[in-house]
Parts: sequence; structure tokens; C-alpha cells
Amino acid sequence: MKDKENFEDDLKKLQKIVEELSSGKLTLGESLKKYEEGIRLSQGCSQVLGEAQRKVELLMKKDGKFSLEKADEDLA
Amino acid sequence: MPKESKHIYSVSEITQKIKSLLEEHIGEIWLEGEISNFKAASSGHFYFSLKDPGAVILAAMFAYANRGLKFKPEDGLKVICFGKVDVYGPRGQYQIIVERIEPKGVGARQLAFEQLKKKLASEGLFDPGHKRRLPLMPFRVGIVTSSKGAAVRDILQILKNGAPLVDVVISPVRVQGDQAAGEIAAAVDELNEFGKIDLIIVSRGGGSAEDLWAFNEEIVVRAIYNSRLPVISALGHQINTTLADLAADVFVETPSAAAKAIVDKKNSLLAELAGLKHELDFSINGIIGRLKNSLVALAHALKSPRDRLLEKQQQLDELRANLNYNLRHYLEMARERSASVISRLGVLSPLAILSRGYSLSMIVGQDAVIKDAQQLKPGDKVKTVLHKGSFISLVQEIVSDPKRKLFPCQAGKGTGVIKSIAGGSNER
Repeated sequence: MKDKENFEDDLKKLQKIVEELSSGKLTLGESLKKYEEGIRLSQGCSQVLGEAQRKVELLMKKDGKFSLEKADEDLA
Repeated sequence: MPKESKHIYSVSEITQKIKSLLEEHIGEIWLEGEISNFKAASSGHFYFSLKDPGAVILAAMFAYANRGLKFKPEDGLKVICFGKVDVYGPRGQYQIIVERIEPKGVGARQLAFEQLKKKLASEGLFDPGHKRRLPLMPFRVGIVTSSKGAAVRDILQILKNGAPLVDVVISPVRVQGDQAAGEIAAAVDELNEFGKIDLIIVSRGGGSAEDLWAFNEEIVVRAIYNSRLPVISALGHQINTTLADLAADVFVETPSAAAKAIVDKKNSLLAELAGLKHELDFSINGIIGRLKNSLVALAHALKSPRDRLLEKQQQLDELRANLNYNLRHYLEMARERSASVISRLGVLSPLAILSRGYSLSMIVGQDAVIKDAQQLKPGDKVKTVLHKGSFISLVQEIVSDPKRKLFPCQAGKGTGVIKSIAGGSNER
């Protein structure tokens, strides 16, 4: 869930890292660090997109309070 | 002339009588005319006139009758009204009390649609500038639709197959009938209030223009416009665009298309991620490769002391070999030179002259070679050296030979004679 929330930021970070790394202006140490982080981000993002467990719920409002009900089997 | 019936009416009485006459003889009618002087009073009642080229009649449509009206009557509009002709006593005016009103020519709904569209457009509800940006990836989608319709099934099926990461929150509503618009608008509001949603899809499976009417209702259009979350309108319609479509941030032709758009989004993101990873690998390999190359170059430049020693040794070996060669060469040259000197020495040697038949004589007891007969006197013992061996003899007589007087002198000069002899030796 956390990764989902950060997905957009993570992807932006990844794009920035790719740009920095391809500029060739970093030292070897910096490059390796950026590369490592880039790989971590790209794996994280891909993993989030590859998830296969979804929830289908119905939004209900009772006395001003929200609750989620599991949807019928045939819907989910 | 007035006759026997001398009944005198009051104003009210006669008005009442006129009213009854009108009711009795005209009653409820359909009336066609053009609206003018239209006024909507704060009470909710409408007052206007209906006219044609020859006449005009006042009209009133009370709030109870106009409440459900789909379109807004306005001046110049040709309409057909249903109502009864009545008298308004306080003003002494007759008028038609309108119960139903319909625009002539276009359908009421079409007219209502056009009117509302114009009104909402002028308020900016369809402004492209107001459109919200869709999320990069909607992880949680809210769907406003009937939980029993085909639309929700289509969407769920496509998402399940193509993007099973997407969670779905359904806000079930009726999508047609009088309650539909209110429920749809409320559902959009509630999903916004609930908040844990990236995107709202307002959807309905296929239907006629009538079926889709709720999506042209002002309350629905405003709810979509006011939504904080981006809204996709996905109504299965073939021809007409609804006002909900116009207010939504994106509209697609079918519920399936909305779900497919999400799947496509996911796939294009995956492709982009793969591309980014490839770029990362490419860059780091390039960086490492370049460093490796310069390392090799540096290692080459930076020879170890041992390598330098070996190099020097090699140089030394080369020098030594050169030296040997030069020395041998020099010695050979020297040897050749000395050989030639020796051979020349041989030619000059007195012993060599002796071999050609000459001899040397010296007074016994002296080393000097006798070159002049005057050195001798009779009785001197003379030793004569030959090519082979020598002998001693006694001088008997000194012979003076004036013709050869010059010769010893020349011989005394030495080199000339020697040279001539040496020349003879060379001639051989």
C-alpha cells in the first residue's frame, strides 16, 4: 500500500536518476549508489504494478459513517 | 331596451358568471402560441403571454405544475399548452391556467438539454481548463453505477484480467428513473468524501437517450464538476453526448473502454519501467567500461620496477652484444692491419734481401755493416752473412771503384735504395 501511495514519486525519482546517471557527470561511487537506488525503485514500481490481489468492495454510508462491504462473489 | 328581467349583477356576480360560462363552454383545452413577457415569480409561479399574429392571451403556470418541467420556458419559444381558460377576478382578466407545456417542434427533453447545456457552459462547467489530471496509475477506482448492471461486470472483468492490482470501490446507485440523478450525484460526492480513491468512473451500460437522461441532469453535472477526484464518464451510448460526459475529465464510449484505458495505462507504465531499467544498466555499464579502459591504459603506463629492471637488462644485453661485435670487428681490422704491416716488414727485412743473394759484411768484433771499402784495410777480418750461414774472410786488397762512387752516397740517403728494393718486391 505504501508503495502504491509513493508510486508516482518513486517513478519521478527513477526518471531523475536515469537522467543523472546518463549525464556522466557523477563519480563512480555516486554512480553506483544511484544505480542501486534506481534498480530498487524500478523493481518496487514494477512489483506494485504486477500485484494480482485486488479487492472489490461496496461503499455504504450509514448515519454519516462510511463502511466498505465485500462485494458479491460473482462481482469480485 | 331592457326587458322585464331587471336583474342587476354585482361585478363579482358577473365575473363569476363569465367564469362559469368559460368553464362550461371551453373548459380544458390545448392551446398553441408563442411565449412572450415570461416571468418566473419568486413564489415559483410562471406568468407569461401566449400570442399569435392576431391575438394574445395571458397565461399562468403555478409552481406545482411547473416543478417537474424539464426545460425553461422563454420568450419567443413556440409551445403547446394544456390547461383551462379562467378568469382572474381581481383584475378582470381572462387567462389560461397552464397545467402542461411542451415546446413545439423539438422534444421537451431535447430543448431542456440544449438550454441546460448552454447555461452550464456559460458557467464554465465544461471548460477544458477545469479538467483534472488523471492519476499516473489509479490503484483504487471508485465506480458509480448500478451494482446489478452489465457495466460494472464489464469493468470488473477487464480489470481482473488486465490489471488485477486495481482495487475497486463500487458506490451502487440507480441509473434510471426519477431517483437516479440524485443518487448518482450523491455517490460522486460520497466517494470524494470517502477519499481513499484515485479515480471515479461514472458508468452505465448501453441505453437509449431516455435511459441516459439522468446523466443530463444538472445535479449530476454539477457533482461531476465539483468532484475533487478525477472523473471518467463511461456511458454506453451510441450517438448523443451527455452533459455528464462534457463535465467529466475524460469520457469514453463504453464502460469497457474505461477499464481498458486503465489496463493500457498499467502496461505502458510497465514498458516505461523496463525502458528505464535498461537505461540504468546501459549507463552503469558505460561508466564501468570507460573506467576499465582507462585503468588498463594507466596500468600500461605504470610499469612495475621489475619490468623496468628487465627492460634495462635487455638494453644491457643489447649493448653487450653490440660491444662484442664492435670489439671483434675492431680486432679483425687490427689483425688485418698488422698482417699487412708485417708483410711489408718482411719485404724490408735484411734477411729477405739476403735470400735474394745479397750478403752483409762487417768487421769482426764490430756490429756496423760495412758500406764503404775505405773502412777496411788489408788484413782486417770480415764476417759475411749470407742467406744461409756466414763465413769469415781476410781482406787482401782494397779496390777503389770511382764509377760507383756515387752509389754509396745514394745508399747513404737510405730510403731511395730501400724503396727501389721495396718496389722490386712489390713487382713480384
